[in-house]
Amino acid sequence: MKNPFPGLRVAVTGGTSGLGLALVHLLHEDGARVAFAARDRKRVASVARAYAGTHGIAGNVALKDDIYPMALQILGELGGLDVLINNASDLGSTPLALLGDTQCEDLERALATNLLGPFRLTKALLGALAASGREGRGGVVLNVSSDAAINAYPTWGAYSASKAALRHLTLIWDEEMSGQGVRFLSVDPGDMDTPLHALAVPDADVSTLKRPEAAARELLDAIKQTLATKGMAA
Amino acid sequence: MTAPRLLVIDARGGLRHFPRERLVDTLRTGDLVVANDAATMPASLHGIHVASGEPIEVRLAGWSSVTTDIAGFTAVVFGAGDFHMKTEDRPSPPAIAVHDALALGPLSATVTQVLGHARLVALHFSGSSDEIWAGIAQHGRPVQYAHEQSPLALWDVWTALAGRPVAFEPPSAGFALDWQIIGALRSRHIGFATITHAAGISSTGDADLDQHLPFDEPYDVPMSTASAIARTRASGGRIIAIGTTVVRALEHSARSDGMVRAGSDIATGRIGRATRLRVVDAILTGVHERGTSHYELLRAFADDDTLSAADGELAAHQYRLHEFGDSVLVIPAAL
Repeated sequence: MKNPFPGLRVAVTGGTSGLGLALVHLLHEDGARVAFAARDRKRVASVARAYAGTHGIAGNVALKDDIYPMALQILGELGGLDVLINNASDLGSTPLALLGDTQCEDLERALATNLLGPFRLTKALLGALAASGREGRGGVVLNVSSDAAINAYPTWGAYSASKAALRHLTLIWDEEMSGQGVRFLSVDPGDMDTPLHALAVPDADVSTLKRPEAAARELLDAIKQTLATKGMAA
Repeated sequence: MTAPRLLVIDARGGLRHFPRERLVDTLRTGDLVVANDAATMPASLHGIHVASGEPIEVRLAGWSSVTTDIAGFTAVVFGAGDFHMKTEDRPSPPAIAVHDALALGPLSATVTQVLGHARLVALHFSGSSDEIWAGIAQHGRPVQYAHEQSPLALWDVWTALAGRPVAFEPPSAGFALDWQIIGALRSRHIGFATITHAAGISSTGDADLDQHLPFDEPYDVPMSTASAIARTRASGGRIIAIGTTVVRALEHSARSDGMVRAGSDIATGRIGRATRLRVVDAILTGVHERGTSHYELLRAFADDDTLSAADGELAAHQYRLHEFGDSVLVIPAAL
């Protein structure tokens, strides 16, 4: 399978740490044109400097008013969009808590970041993604999922419920939009050695955890496979 | 608000009313619908004219170079006040000269040219293109319409199809399309394609300034769209343009030999009664008043008697004007 990434226009949310940073790194290495977004302006600037030619955007996907400014910058800087990776995630309660001990505000924040944010950003970028599909370039949205989207682990309630909803949303997006040339993927990257995992499980044995670069490579392979199946870019 | 309506005007004078959501019922298998997928810039930037210290509003109105270089724009300058005031009631902006600096929130711009009118200028923003996009995203607001009650947000002025942000006012005919309708086209075997046309502003509210319009507008025709148009025409299907910008771009692209070419070019000139259309068979557009450039363009599609009869029908049935109103489809008579 040919490498589809050189020149491909890809946007990644949560691009300054963990899996998102690994995705920016690998996409940059593979020759993609990358825009990434994250909340902390300084970290965004420092990652953009580290990976010359990438476009860093400061914004919070959980905030409705940040979505269109982010979409405008992504589309302006890349001149359109072929692939969107909704990666930014929020754990809900930290430390993790039983649902009975979970603050409503923590559940709201998890839903805002993990469900509403990806929905809003996808909707704002859908015209560009459909154009990419029609032109035979791309048109893929990858939503980062979790095994917690399927399994009921105690104390993971807020995160779990938001990721389960995101997974179902992804399936419905795909049913509705594949006819228009836009495919939606939900991928569980596994348990990784990332800041998010450290917040969730502070005493985890990191030697048993996947490196984010390995998970990022699997995500990019899933995108590559989808592009090839669509008969595009391959 | 009542559901949007669609008046279908056929070139032999027939007039039929439809709910707009039934657009597909007015088309035929084998037709091709072509829309403009440009997203709209938040083109209104408030700030200060540095030399005089006076408040100004700059409205980005067009690209000053053909490459849509993010640093260079054509812009209309307004004095203090905002869209709540009628344009003619607003104080004049301070006198603006070449090399003047404008401080527009996080953005700094320099006037590079005054373009034949005291309020029409070319601007150059300083900074990297990422900094300029970030500044426009943070500080820019959509150009507001005096006829709208509440201020518009960016999500109000992007159509469902909005992609590259290169337009200065919305390709508003595209508000008639949603994903339900685009999916229905597909299931009826009606083609769908897009172009990207960087629509500049079509009116400034000032007759002298409007003499300078429309600006030359860059457009891009994807290869897939050029092929779809060629296939449709070869098999006898009709080309249905969603909005005036699509007509401008396709007719410009086909001006030499009737073939629409893939690639980028600059649309120049106006389309009106004297234009012989070579590609586009029908146009879906908003309801526009006689005398506007949008109305003038309809005269390329139907004769004046037909359009007058349609005007009467639109008025009698209280069709809504403007960007977010009802629609008309001017289409050749069924054979």
